[in-house]
Amino acid sequence: MKIALFATCIVDAMYPRTARATVTILERLGHEVVFPQGQACCGQMHVNSGYFKEALPVVANHVKAFDTDDYDVAVAPSGSCVASVKHQHEMVARRCGDAALEARAAVVGAKTYELSQLLTDVLGISNAAEQLGSYFPHKVTYHPSCHGMRLLRLEDRQLNLLASVGGIEMVALPEADQCCGFGGTFSMKNADVSSAMNADKAANICGTGAELCSGGDASCLLHIGGGLSRQGSEVGTLHFAEILASTLENPVTVTGEVQLAGGKR
Amino acid sequence: MSNTFLGMPTLPVFGHGNLNATEPFPKAARRELANTQLRANLGHATHTIRDKRLKVVAELPDWEELRNAGSAIKNATMANLPALLEQFEANFTARGGIIHWARDAQEANEIVTDLIRATGETEVVKVKSMATQEIGLNEYLEEQGIAAFETDLAELIVQLDHDKPSHILVPAIHKNRSQIREIFLREMADVDPALTDDPARLAEAARKHLRKKFLSAKVAVSGANFGLADTGTLTVVESEGNGRMCLTLPETLITVMGIEKLLPSWTDLEVFMQLLPRSSTGERMNPYTSLWTGVTPGDGPQNVHLVMLDNGRTAALADEMGRTALNCIRCSACMNVCPVYERTGGHAYGSTYPGPIGAILSPLMTGIKSEENNSLPYASSLCGACYDACPVKINIPEILVHLRGEDVDSKRSKTKAPTQMDLMMKGAQWAFSSGSHLNLLEKGLPLGKLVAGRNKVIKKLPGLAAGWTQSRDIPAPPSQSFRQWWATEHQAPAGVEHPEGDQA
Amino acid sequence: MSARDDVMSRIKSALRDSPIAPEIPRNYSRTSTMNDEQRLEQLVDRLIDYKANVFVVAAGQAPVKLAELLAGSSSIVVPHGLPDSWLSGLPSIGGNDAGTVAVQVDSPERRLTVEELDAVDAVVTAAAVAVAETGTIMLDGSPSQGRRIISLVPDRHICLLQARDIVGLLPEAIARLDATAPQTWISGPSATSDIELERVEGVHGPRTLDVLILT
Repeated sequence: MKIALFATCIVDAMYPRTARATVTILERLGHEVVFPQGQACCGQMHVNSGYFKEALPVVANHVKAFDTDDYDVAVAPSGSCVASVKHQHEMVARRCGDAALEARAAVVGAKTYELSQLLTDVLGISNAAEQLGSYFPHKVTYHPSCHGMRLLRLEDRQLNLLASVGGIEMVALPEADQCCGFGGTFSMKNADVSSAMNADKAANICGTGAELCSGGDASCLLHIGGGLSRQGSEVGTLHFAEILASTLENPVTVTGEVQLAGGKR
Repeated sequence: MSNTFLGMPTLPVFGHGNLNATEPFPKAARRELANTQLRANLGHATHTIRDKRLKVVAELPDWEELRNAGSAIKNATMANLPALLEQFEANFTARGGIIHWARDAQEANEIVTDLIRATGETEVVKVKSMATQEIGLNEYLEEQGIAAFETDLAELIVQLDHDKPSHILVPAIHKNRSQIREIFLREMADVDPALTDDPARLAEAARKHLRKKFLSAKVAVSGANFGLADTGTLTVVESEGNGRMCLTLPETLITVMGIEKLLPSWTDLEVFMQLLPRSSTGERMNPYTSLWTGVTPGDGPQNVHLVMLDNGRTAALADEMGRTALNCIRCSACMNVCPVYERTGGHAYGSTYPGPIGAILSPLMTGIKSEENNSLPYASSLCGACYDACPVKINIPEILVHLRGEDVDSKRSKTKAPTQMDLMMKGAQWAFSSGSHLNLLEKGLPLGKLVAGRNKVIKKLPGLAAGWTQSRDIPAPPSQSFRQWWATEHQAPAGVEHPEGDQA
Repeated sequence: MSARDDVMSRIKSALRDSPIAPEIPRNYSRTSTMNDEQRLEQLVDRLIDYKANVFVVAAGQAPVKLAELLAGSSSIVVPHGLPDSWLSGLPSIGGNDAGTVAVQVDSPERRLTVEELDAVDAVVTAAAVAVAETGTIMLDGSPSQGRRIISLVPDRHICLLQARDIVGLLPEAIARLDATAPQTWISGPSATSDIELERVEGVHGPRTLDVLILT
């Protein structure tokens, strides 16, 4: 299968290792990964901040980059970005009166999958240790981000994949369904409420005794990790793609420093 | 009436009254967050009610079908509102009820005052009602020399404490039992000084306090949960029996109801009376529901009035993206599950309608430019818990985003200097609307590493981003973006030497 | 322009995009699949959960059970249409001797005052229908149930319900009721959750609810 990677802006710029891990997993399964060069961002920051007019060129750029027959499915290692592609792009185009873009956005949206959706529903992965050789001998807790949970209805896909990694010890996160308080520009505009939410999330994570908290959205992990770091906590955050990419031979460390096939540290 | 729009008023005509945030939400939230007692009370209460709701909702295998029906019934109600209002009016009037129409809060207050004056009474008992809270009826009546006694326990607590409600179902949710005991001891003239903070004893004290009032009241004022168009029936859903007292004992009953409270038919109640109690108090059914249709000779009030209230509802209806907010049945499930409400409480929202529904309903009814209401749509991380909990499936996050757009657009002008947020969005538009723009920007990533220094974290940023760094670090960015790695290493032809690069 | 006309034209103007009223999907449960026994069992379970007192007796035993429940009460009120037979077990109806129960009848000819109702120990009524799933008893003001006020002011409500009037689901009850009759739906004794969201029974309505289900 030819799979187009939508790296997402935050992963591209801040967490390239998450995208590299995604490539590693898919190539390990024998699929061809392509990276449409024109891609940049899904535009959800603009949309969710009410800047629809400014969002339009961002959405148009994404649709232009991915509206080709050059791949079978597109994948992104981010629930919220996929939710934006699937649920917001048509709305932005409609609101700005661009019917042609609206139609093309629908086509792109239908071909786009979140990573755990692709692995579970399309590629039939149910046991990461057996099928991907995933090995990660650490104690891990998991935060299901809001958009994956409520907009994409990912249910336990990410968690099940993690739980099937060799050597891993999963511990349940109390109040896991509660938002970490990121919310894009909400974290700046309503910094006090956002910080209070993040503090409760951090306390729940630390209470599990896990070495790190995994999840499927780099932005939420950046938020949670940033809070933990400020508190001086030793607990880190790591995207589930990196844990799936980790093997006995090529381990990913808890701090996320990564040695992945095809690349260097 | 004809369906021509010629000569019609220019919409929207916005509502007035207790519908405004009077200070920006972030500022109000900061103050409320600092109140640790409030945080503890709210945390306890919202978690209790969440668990109860989940339990009783899980009991019904057809819950999603009920939500779908409820949502469709309300959408159909709004689409057919003129005809349904006329049908309701005809049926209610045919059975001896009298209907009054109020364009806004002021007009509704005047109508109610005149009706009370006509009875010669200077005291009324009240059933908890959001509509009368919204129009500020109690305060207006007080100015006119009429005393209004709230009879719902939580409303009574709030009224005795000279406080404001902070929740639409449990107005005193921000008070715990010992605070309530103190209020009773301080404000109830006839209270037993040995009163404990046992909720059962507190409820008993309220019973004693109000009993004489109920038995001698001549006029009652109520709201209504539903108005059934095909029969002209009104419904009040309650728990304590204070509603039954007010709706049954007095000679005169004055009900204030928003025009959006209609359901097309009596049969529709079978959906809503399953959705409402489970969503609001987390019970299979509330203890008492009263239904009346105009006047029943010999049974209950013989002078029955209904004030039909607009006060900005038509403005909300005129907003095609926002009108489903009018589908709200005031269950309060959205605020009970909201992580923002849980931490700030209802007072931070200023308006009678707090929480996620208030953050959309208030600006829809008043217009986005009213007082500080443009700060309300931002009072959400868009986590979506409210949408999942809403029994009539109001897509609150989508309307929040829509209203943020209204706010941004309302401030676009050539003369005003752009805000930091405007500049950030403009810059991001440039960066994110082209892969090569983003690539160019990403070449600056190593600079971020410099800023981060040896500890590999950024701890303080200026301006808007200071909000982030007040409690969160930012990790040092990598030396190389993914797309740079892809171009130079992953796609590089075999045999080419990979440049050494470290990745944090 | 009158306020009515003004509001009406605002509404029509607000709907100038002519939204289409959707079809209502009524694929929720509208009829129960439970049998008589299951319905009875569920209703009893729900009522007990609400802290009502529930007694299931054969119809013929109603007078005996009612007399037993009213032992210690000196006065009750009943609606004029309550079957006389139900009261036949009470000692010396209408008498004033010690140990007897004074029965006051509320009727269209003789409506009891609030003060009279406030002075009695209990009210005894029938019910129109009950919903097992929600534990709800519905009164519709017919002669066996009386005016709304009589089942409200006394501090104890004893409600006699025929088992054949128990339906499984709310839609089944709605189908049996006349919307325009003055109705009171009762699910347990008066209660409040206003203090810390903790349910407490006993506020302004009757603090004791006894339900006598006649099989």
